[in-house]
Amino acid sequence: MLGADAFDTEGFLRHLKDWSPAVAEQIASDEGIALDEAHWEIIYLLRDYYTEFDSSPAMRPLVKYCAAKLGADKGKSMYLLSLFPGSPARLGSKIAGLPKPENCL
Amino acid sequence: MASDTPKASGQAEPPRLLLVTRSPPYGSSLARSALDTALAAAAFDMAPALLFLDHGVLQLLPQQEGAASETRSHGKVLDSLPLYDIDRIYVDAAALLHFGLQDMPLPAAAEVVDSTGIRALLEGCDHILSF
Repeated sequence: MLGADAFDTEGFLRHLKDWSPAVAEQIASDEGIALDEAHWEIIYLLRDYYTEFDSSPAMRPLVKYCAAKLGADKGKSMYLLSLFPGSPARLGSKIAGLPKPENCL
Repeated sequence: MASDTPKASGQAEPPRLLLVTRSPPYGSSLARSALDTALAAAAFDMAPALLFLDHGVLQLLPQQEGAASETRSHGKVLDSLPLYDIDRIYVDAAALLHFGLQDMPLPAAAEVVDSTGIRALLEGCDHILSF
């Protein structure tokens, strides 16, 4: 368990290197989400996105990236919303230990 | 079929919003601001076009190590532009020549433009933001 000072005021991890699957479970539980395989697939996809583009995605690029990497079935906002309700890009990035997406509506 | 929802894909149609980025990638926050503005405008479906002018072409140099300057890699963020549907990217031909970068690989969507093309771009768009 990471202490409260590891997170910013909105609950995003301050340092990338502090992330681990256990930390993801901790953040998800605070958000009321129980992580299953489908969540993990997107969490690791988000981390891949960050490695590739040095930024957290907004919704549109996340959907396109999912479609490109996981197929058209999963490259849909409805699919992502079913896993990470509200704002998938924001919530997913949070659980994946990434900075808050800057241009997220 | 008549298109009642015009898309910005037609190269003939001038962009409504043109972002002119003429600063090098690091050393000031101007290049980053231009890019952030582009991503924000894309999130609002404004389909901005980007024009890399003067020192701005240096932003397109490959193998930038953002970590060395303790910032994100500008080049890597530029790679994400297609995912934001920003597919109108123009590059100043004279600046590429000036810096000896005429053989540098450019983003797939990039179009090299000469001074006549740049003038047409500037005259054709509705709004210009210069960084």
